[in-house]
Amino acid sequence: MAQDFVEPTGEEVDKLCSRLDKDARQGGYNLNPDADFVKGLVKGLLINERRYGYRSCPCRLAFGDKSEDLDVICPCDYRDADVTEFGACYCALYVSKAALLGKQELSSIPERRLPLEEREKLRQKQKASAEALGFDIAKVALKLSVPVWRCTVCGYLCAREGPPEVCPICKVGKERFERFI
Amino acid sequence: MNFEHVAGKDKGKIRLFALSTCIWCKKTRELLSSMGVAFDYIYVDLLKGEERAEAVAEVKKYNPSLSFPTLVIGEKCIVGLKEKEIKEALG
Repeated sequence: MAQDFVEPTGEEVDKLCSRLDKDARQGGYNLNPDADFVKGLVKGLLINERRYGYRSCPCRLAFGDKSEDLDVICPCDYRDADVTEFGACYCALYVSKAALLGKQELSSIPERRLPLEEREKLRQKQKASAEALGFDIAKVALKLSVPVWRCTVCGYLCAREGPPEVCPICKVGKERFERFI
Repeated sequence: MNFEHVAGKDKGKIRLFALSTCIWCKKTRELLSSMGVAFDYIYVDLLKGEERAEAVAEVKKYNPSLSFPTLVIGEKCIVGLKEKEIKEALG
């Protein structure tokens, strides 16, 4: 079981930790207060970036194809719901305010992401409803000066010709946006 | 599948399917080591090709959501770091 890449250095890990911490605070999120725990996860993110070309969740098995792993590129599509329900995201990199203050105990939580087959079914369903929405949008679009885009990670909405390069709230890329209206 | 073996007290067949980047997997491994039981572990994310497909199929057999850590004690499966459950199962 050999690893075929160069291990991230401590310096790289520290740099990404402070970057993620800054971004999290700015967007109203919190990193886990356990610094060593965070460093371990961030190292995993850097390893996955070397392996796959993107920072997929260190606690999930990546498929190795960006379009298939898009929902689990950190921060994942499930973070907000898990932080609300369990006080932490799946890998526990991000935590709730209560957990940050030590008022909520953290443990390993159930996987919210559906298995591959069910995910595929859901995607087909979403595609169909997006098409249906497309017709509705076409009817009202004349009244809208620009379309509305939704960040699938944090729910940020913006009205402009296309999605922003980077979500100003949670910093994910434009590929994580969907047309909302 | 090439499992890594950790020596210890024989409590039957204990297999830990884990990810090398996952902290919960690491903690589960540490828990088993601290309990002094003999177990086998495998990092599924480091496997390639057929070996990976074989490991994925084996995990799905016990845990259809293919999440990690998946601990298989005999035929009993414990998903996630559930310290109490693991200690009870290995009494």
